[in-house]
Amino acid sequence: MVDVAIVGTGHSKFGNRTDVNLQELAWEAVKQALEESNLDQKDIDMFVVGNAGGWSSEPLSAIVIGEYCNLAPKGTMRVEAACATGSAALRIAYQAIKAGDAKIAMVIGVEQMHQSPNPVAIEMMGRAGNYFWEFENFGLTFPGYYALYATRRMAKFGMKEEDLGQIAIKNHYYGSFNPYAMFQKQIKMDEYMKSRVVAYPLKVYDACPITDGAAAVILASEEVAKKITDSPVWIVSQGFKSGTANLSKRDDFISIDAARLAAEEAYKKARIDFENSWRYFDVAEVHDCFTIAEIMAYEDLGFAKRGEGHLLAREGQTYIGGRIPVNVDGGLKAKGHPIGATGVSMAVSITRQLLYRAHKGTQVDVKNGMGIAHNVGGTGHYAYVTIFSLKKPSA
Amino acid sequence: MGVTEIRERQFNEIDKKALEQIDLLIKNSGMPIMRDLKTNNLLWIDVRELTQRFMIPIGRIYKFFDQLSKGKIIGTKCPKCGSIYFPPQDDCTKCKVSGLDVIELSGEGELLTYTIITVKPVSFMHYQDYIVGIARLKEGINILAWVNEKPEDVKVGMKVKVNVVKREPEGYFTYELRKIQ
Ligand SMILES: [Zn+2]
Repeated sequence: MVDVAIVGTGHSKFGNRTDVNLQELAWEAVKQALEESNLDQKDIDMFVVGNAGGWSSEPLSAIVIGEYCNLAPKGTMRVEAACATGSAALRIAYQAIKAGDAKIAMVIGVEQMHQSPNPVAIEMMGRAGNYFWEFENFGLTFPGYYALYATRRMAKFGMKEEDLGQIAIKNHYYGSFNPYAMFQKQIKMDEYMKSRVVAYPLKVYDACPITDGAAAVILASEEVAKKITDSPVWIVSQGFKSGTANLSKRDDFISIDAARLAAEEAYKKARIDFENSWRYFDVAEVHDCFTIAEIMAYEDLGFAKRGEGHLLAREGQTYIGGRIPVNVDGGLKAKGHPIGATGVSMAVSITRQLLYRAHKGTQVDVKNGMGIAHNVGGTGHYAYVTIFSLKKPSA
Repeated sequence: MGVTEIRERQFNEIDKKALEQIDLLIKNSGMPIMRDLKTNNLLWIDVRELTQRFMIPIGRIYKFFDQLSKGKIIGTKCPKCGSIYFPPQDDCTKCKVSGLDVIELSGEGELLTYTIITVKPVSFMHYQDYIVGIARLKEGINILAWVNEKPEDVKVGMKVKVNVVKREPEGYFTYELRKIQ
């Protein structure tokens, strides 16, 4: 089957984007991706819209966006995989090209969460576990779901609140260099420790913000990619798995099983050894909707042994220059987490890192020419792990 | 207090304020348009409100609610492979058998983890901060419920039992976790 490359990327400013509506927001990323790849809408065979939906007024977002961005009458659909929606959209386009169904496909991830007032947003996210058995009567919130993992790990592995704080501090540090990030302010440990508890043991500074934003990538088959650009970034493999809707049906609350299984699948296809996975990558984007999620990602991706993820954070091993730089664009924590855009934003960040086009203060050393994105939907309801490389996978 | 009164107390104040604001905007400018306080950006305030209340079919597992109202917690058990299901379900999707047996759960187990919800969803605003825990029961299944104890008395690994209680102020039956002394 054909190899697939990213030939263009686009990224809007993330934040409280009440200056534009949903389709205008999507256009910012679409326009940038078209300009970057020197392509016109007529060159795009199909477009996929990653939009979790429910937050903003238009229920058929793919169509509203297609009309506004002049992409109609090309075929499209809206894709949903909770917070992994963007990666799911990427998968559809990737597979269409692999199967020979399209030569050039555009992936647009967008979410405008601020159209819903804050209390409604908290309610909507809480309902996204298993509605009937875990929300209707027990009112779990989204931070609450992840807090259950944090409590368990603190009891079992001696993880401290300060270890979680290290994640927040790192991601805010890098966010301060990213002009697209929602938060561009660095934070200190005492501010972290003093921030308000939202779901014990998680605090405001453990949580990603409610964000508006858009990101886009253009994918092309090997044959046309070479004509479009002399610096394609190849998709090597993608693993995707699912978990239970009921959190209570998880085995142990120390790891996101779906993410670990997705990583194993992606590594197997890419011939990467799980235990030494970090040696293969120059940079990683992991799903840090809460600081505890980033700690678990270190282990679920094989960057640290099980139970030792927080030690990697404690030692500062995930800054640039450490074992493996993680979320050096600020992560969901500081960059923001517009649900449908997040997975696409991760692909944009990795692509730009590998091409030495990252923002000043966030560029890693590219030695292996490989990067990885880990995108979790819900609290391990969905998981997508995608590997990117400067080298053609079949070469 | 019933659901109606709670709903009125909880939401009408918010709804009423929002509607009054829309009226005021239209009166002033002839448009439901306001400026965002932080950014000064112009926002159209939707005049078509969407309220959803779902109706969830529970006929196949009605026995659970029937027993719950009598103070008992049941799960279901597959007569073929012996799998125990909680939350209860009437299909064993492993061996494709339906009409599973009912078993009363011991209700005794160990607390695996917990959290204290301090920032609450709108529909839970009328409760005090609550502790949500997950316990593993002797039968090997997990149960998620509120832990009705003081936060300082809750520890991972503590022995707990499941209790049937009335959810107040609405007054319907549900279950909670309590510490075993
Ligand atoms: Zn069975």
